[in-house]
Amino acid sequence: MSERTATIASRVGLHARPASIFAEAAAELGIEVSISRQGESAQEALDASSMLALMSLGAEHGDVVVLRADGPDADDALTALARILETDHDA
Amino acid sequence: MQSFVGVGVTPGRVVGPVLIMPPVLNAPPAGEQLAGTTSAADAVASLKYAAAQVKTELDARASRASGDGKAVLSATALMATDPTLIKAAVKLINEGSSAQRAIWDAGNNVAAMLADLGGYMAERAHDVLDVRSRIVAELRGVQPPVIPDSDVPFILVAEDLAPADTATLDPAKVIALVTASGGPQSHTAIIARNLGLPAVVAATGVLALTEHELVFVDGGTGRVTSHPGTAELAAAKKWQEQASALGTFDGVGRLADGTLLDLLANVGGTADAAAAAGANAQGVGLLRTEFCFLGRDTEPGHDEQVAAYKGVLDAFPGKKVVIRTLDAGADKPLPFLTDSTEPNPALGVRGYRTDTTSPGVLARQLAAIADAATQSNAIVWVMAPMIATAQEAATFAALCAAAGLSTPGVMVEIPSAALTSRHLLDHVEFASLGTNDLTQYTMAADRQLGALASLNDPWQPAVLALVQATVEGAAAQAKHSGGSAKEAPAAKPVSVCGEAAADPALAVVLAGLGVSSLSMAARAIPAVSCVLRSVTSQEARQLAHQALGAKSALAARALVREALPILTELGL
Repeated sequence: MSERTATIASRVGLHARPASIFAEAAAELGIEVSISRQGESAQEALDASSMLALMSLGAEHGDVVVLRADGPDADDALTALARILETDHDA
Repeated sequence: MQSFVGVGVTPGRVVGPVLIMPPVLNAPPAGEQLAGTTSAADAVASLKYAAAQVKTELDARASRASGDGKAVLSATALMATDPTLIKAAVKLINEGSSAQRAIWDAGNNVAAMLADLGGYMAERAHDVLDVRSRIVAELRGVQPPVIPDSDVPFILVAEDLAPADTATLDPAKVIALVTASGGPQSHTAIIARNLGLPAVVAATGVLALTEHELVFVDGGTGRVTSHPGTAELAAAKKWQEQASALGTFDGVGRLADGTLLDLLANVGGTADAAAAAGANAQGVGLLRTEFCFLGRDTEPGHDEQVAAYKGVLDAFPGKKVVIRTLDAGADKPLPFLTDSTEPNPALGVRGYRTDTTSPGVLARQLAAIADAATQSNAIVWVMAPMIATAQEAATFAALCAAAGLSTPGVMVEIPSAALTSRHLLDHVEFASLGTNDLTQYTMAADRQLGALASLNDPWQPAVLALVQATVEGAAAQAKHSGGSAKEAPAAKPVSVCGEAAADPALAVVLAGLGVSSLSMAARAIPAVSCVLRSVTSQEARQLAHQALGAKSALAARALVREALPILTELGL
């Protein structure tokens, strides 16, 4: 299992437009990616391709989240997704 | 020919085909199971197909929309196939539920989860229920309960419209709005005014109209007529010609005898402000600052507020901008300020009153307004909503002074403020009548309720009497504040910033009652200006006197309209 942490850069947090950009990117990867708050177990992680799940996560600007995925392409995929989280889409 | 009479909320005469907003879907029966011949796998496949169809349809509409409507549609499209929603429904199908009931329940659960999160998330709960309805409609093969899509312009007929419907309403396609319920001061009516769409509300029976049938809508008189004849067609054609003549304002509000009466705009954000400045509004009579706060879980920071206010102020260099401090509560709840469990929110802690339960938010807003004012060239006035007593006016004035704002004022929306305006104006520099709430509180009639539309009418003689009392209070205050000076100082200004100011006939009455400026949706200014220029101040005073003496709102409106033939000529 690959893991990657990221800090939410969008000022509105991970909802609205930033959440839909991220969910669409996660869905396009074709592998299952989960997201959770730092410190929460992998069992509590949510589906990263679901905008509704991202919204319920309620991650705010500056919060740290953990992305997880399995498979040969997982590392590259997580790096790409983390970059989206670390971009301020409201700027 | 069949006629329906409702309440006209935006003038305009048009003829066009009717499209009817489909009725709200009935829920599939609770506990509905898969039909015997349908396998769970088939039901899952049909659900996923329906969800994908809904997503495609919403994406297509998003690509044709612009601005806020586009963003709402794109986000809603994504929700239609969201794994959280679909996986929950698939699980229910695998447990034996029918596809319709499964997506219905899954949508309810997700919406409830979002509603529990509060704030911005709670608002998205409506979007989940919207896609849920669309998917169920797709599974049933019926029209979803949303604004119909059409290639040709049409007249939208509905039971009532929700604020969310108006976000997807395309003013290039919808040429008039007709609702069977809803009141003249409902949010739908306000949006119709902002879009400049002819609109009639509370027109009982209109849902019996047939799809695609031609009808004539007169947003001035509130009449909706099926099978329009030559007279109606001619009236619509004439309106179209006049609308272009009525479309502009030269930037000077005055009566026929040259008496000046400033015409300002009500705005709710930067885009509105730019449009109002483009329409030559003489300033802003009401800047609703909620745009900066709504949909937020927490209070916006200082710099963010300064930037938001400055955006509006910069549209009016050298001109007056009246900023209303945060008016949360009742129909505009905010999680960090208002208590959603109040049994009677219209009479609860709302407007200025939130300063008593959440002190600090108002002072910080005033500090941000002061900074924005310093950085711009607009003349900034500030007023508090929902002031009831002179003591509150004094406290607000002190907060303004502490922030360095020199022109504090109050809104007069509560009858007590109208009746004691003399004492309120001892502490502040101006008063602005918010006629929507003043009417609702005077008549004890909820402004959202169509059934109370006739009570909720600013033409009610009691409301007009309170406008008069407010103006007389200002004069009395000036007379008694002069001390030993021989001449009393000029009375402090009393303006109107409610929807009443956008009714050209009522604007004449308000002018006659001694109001010093009128503020309204920018689109209403040209028509109001045109009618005001047709009367002298003497005639306006006379009409105001007659309206005050009328026995009912209907009688007041009828006698004033009768005396202003220009209204009929212009189709207003």
